[in-house]
Amino acid sequence: MSEVASTNVVDVHAAKIKVFKLQDGIFHQITLLFAFIVLAALAGILISLAIEAAPVFKQFGASFLWTNVWNVPEDQYGALAAIYGTVVTSIIALLIAVPVSFGIALFLTETCPTWLRRPLGTAIELLAGVPSIIYGIWGLFVFAPLFSAHIQPYLQAAFGDVPVIGGWFAGPPIGVGILTAGIVLSLMVIPFVASVMRDVFETVPPQLKESAYGVGCTTWEVVTSIVLPYTRVGVIGGIMLGLGRALGETMAVTFVIGNANRIVGSLFAPGTSIASTLANEFGEADPGLHIASLFALGLVLFIITFIVLAISQWLIKRGVAKQGK
Amino acid sequence: MSEQQHIVQIAEESVLQVRKLDFYYGSFQGLKNVNLDIARNHVTAFIGPSGCGKSTLLRTFNRMYDLYPGQRAEGQINFQGKNLLDKKQDVNLVRAKIGMVFQKPTPFPMTIYENIAFGIRLYEKLGKADMDARVEWALRKAAIWEETKDKLQQSGLSLSGGQQQRLCIARTIAVKPDIVLLDEPTSALDPISTAKVEELVDELKNDYTIAIVTHNMQQAARISDYTAFMYLGELIEFGRTDELFVKPKVKQTEDYITGRFG
Amino acid sequence: MNLYSRRVFVNRMGIALSMVAMAFGLAALMWILWTLFYNGFSALSWDFFTQDTPAPGTEGGGLRNAIVGSLMIIGVTTLVSTPIGILAGIYLAEFGATSKFAATTRFVTDIMLSAPSIVIGLFVYALMVATLGGFSGWAGSVALSLIAIPVVVRTTENMLLLVPSALREAAFAVGAPRWQVSLKITLRAVKAGVVTGILLAIARVTGETAPLLFTALNNQFFSADMSQPMGNLPVVIFQFAMSPYDNWVSLAWGGALLIALLVLSINIGARILFRSKDKL
Repeated sequence: MSEVASTNVVDVHAAKIKVFKLQDGIFHQITLLFAFIVLAALAGILISLAIEAAPVFKQFGASFLWTNVWNVPEDQYGALAAIYGTVVTSIIALLIAVPVSFGIALFLTETCPTWLRRPLGTAIELLAGVPSIIYGIWGLFVFAPLFSAHIQPYLQAAFGDVPVIGGWFAGPPIGVGILTAGIVLSLMVIPFVASVMRDVFETVPPQLKESAYGVGCTTWEVVTSIVLPYTRVGVIGGIMLGLGRALGETMAVTFVIGNANRIVGSLFAPGTSIASTLANEFGEADPGLHIASLFALGLVLFIITFIVLAISQWLIKRGVAKQGK
Repeated sequence: MSEQQHIVQIAEESVLQVRKLDFYYGSFQGLKNVNLDIARNHVTAFIGPSGCGKSTLLRTFNRMYDLYPGQRAEGQINFQGKNLLDKKQDVNLVRAKIGMVFQKPTPFPMTIYENIAFGIRLYEKLGKADMDARVEWALRKAAIWEETKDKLQQSGLSLSGGQQQRLCIARTIAVKPDIVLLDEPTSALDPISTAKVEELVDELKNDYTIAIVTHNMQQAARISDYTAFMYLGELIEFGRTDELFVKPKVKQTEDYITGRFG
Repeated sequence: MNLYSRRVFVNRMGIALSMVAMAFGLAALMWILWTLFYNGFSALSWDFFTQDTPAPGTEGGGLRNAIVGSLMIIGVTTLVSTPIGILAGIYLAEFGATSKFAATTRFVTDIMLSAPSIVIGLFVYALMVATLGGFSGWAGSVALSLIAIPVVVRTTENMLLLVPSALREAAFAVGAPRWQVSLKITLRAVKAGVVTGILLAIARVTGETAPLLFTALNNQFFSADMSQPMGNLPVVIFQFAMSPYDNWVSLAWGGALLIALLVLSINIGARILFRSKDKL
């Protein structure tokens, strides 16, 4: 009973194949279209922000970027104070987050007992999932009062008279301000940076570490002279990712930065960031230059974070790709 | 020898003729000027050390390499009067007529029944009763009906490895192909499951033409009618299994089957 | 101190500091969760779920309108972003191995994963609110979808790439067309992983506040009309927490606890689901 294909069967097949070809073509185009949506969104963001922000640059030129003025009644706007607040809070956040994240990643990959690795790793990942508004409300009601009552006075006493940096800790210890925002922000980015660092640390080939242990290195020496150099690129990528997150974060900052659109040398003083300016003013902004200035701030923020994140992605990919070599 | 290799004539009607077949992975040549005929309703085995191109050759028969950019075949594989390698040849049609079973069992993530029905539904419109009958037929053919008839609605992944492999064979023959390609079908199985699959291959050759790649020479000797020995992308020797294993014509073949290398 | 004991000392210090860092991270998590429970739990009551947000200066009230609004906005977001994200993910995994377009899309998707969400709110404001005549629940859903889609795209692609090539080949080997191989075989094989991705996307947008500020805005009253401004938990929390009224602040804590519990349980659920995927 050999099943030799009859002509009839072949015809049926040929008809089916035509249908399949058509369906596959449509399928390809549809998936392509949806992939295109992602790209279109990015282009859309850039274009629409640029259009909405155009009046600002027509009015003030590029000097909008480095002018320190934000006067709504007189319709005078400059981005400097917001950019300053954004950058300074992010730097503070990274200064705290990077060493802590490094410690966490080191602990999770090298010193943690095996049975604790997964639960602790999961806890860190869950921390990354906590919505930023939770950090914000916690910062406002719990951290800021505590900070003003118990930490700021000591900081002032300790550093207030030191030349140069003394000014950073001047002014009334009111709790909210640039420094507080930076600290809350650091808590928010620690989980992201720690997760990336852990992942890249795990790409180090065990043989490499074993050889180092084999010549008598201590854990600390293995990490500083084998793991870190090997994963340097990925680690920097993780830090850049944290920076990207910190620059664009709205809620964790808005609650605690104090929302004063000016630049004061003291880190205790209230300030503002691009995102918190947007969150506070956009809803009630008047049409015209005010709203256009807010769009311009958004554009600046988007471009800065885009560059930072692009570098971070590039570095992380390079760092992980090394695994194969 | 293989440079001026003449095409070994086979006594039976051939269903597939391979002529001057070259295969490339990018710039690396995986097959070099392969020529052979596959006999209808017989078992042809491909043996050789790993990396010799035996699996590559099998995967040209159903154009599986099309899935991967950078892989290409040149030459001819004639099937039903057409060159399979022809760009215009539709690959889905080829694959519906030339089925394949893989090294590791690959049940689809669906019920046992659906595993079989999936392929049938692609090209045939059957009523419920006809479909049930066909599924049963295929499962019986693959000697797995008794084990699965009470759990057709369970996931195909719930079966043991050996059962999964026979399910995959059932799935392949359910669409009534002309040729069944088996790519090391027992290498992931235990000896008992292996024996069952070998028995099955012997059964199936009454209805199908079978090409099997195996790293196990005893298996080739047990179940095949023709054997092709390959080495470094070349077809070194091809002939009737009983002759090739008893009286190999080429020194390399002899070395390999007597275990002196590979 | 000789060289050896110095090395041992440095090592001990390093390890001790790493433990301090870990403890610091965990303590922060505990502290935040504890204050959240402490302040939020007392706000949770029957009224919290059945009454709408109170007017300024009035006593009591609940978050019913905000809870319903959030659920609706997130529901629409899920319905919009799931098919788009999955199909785009399929494109990247099945057709995008070599194309430049796919590489660009992948890159942009990774950036969008961490892009400032407030800017996405600005974009949707310019796109929909300014042109279509006002704030609306729809605009909120579009903004959240733009955040959720990259999450779904990347998990779908990563999951599909984990499918053993033999399974894909086996499906092609019975003569199946590409779309059936993708939708009926490979996508099904990674069902659990893709659902995990969708859950993570939902968890991500549940707490997002910034993109809703200028899109869904807020609504003091109960409304199930997606074309009107809509109450939603994050924005209510933001406004109430900054307010001078004690009952508002208390409601904000309750809302924050509710959101945190939701997000954490979705995250944990997604992890459990993903770990049990082998069983199918």
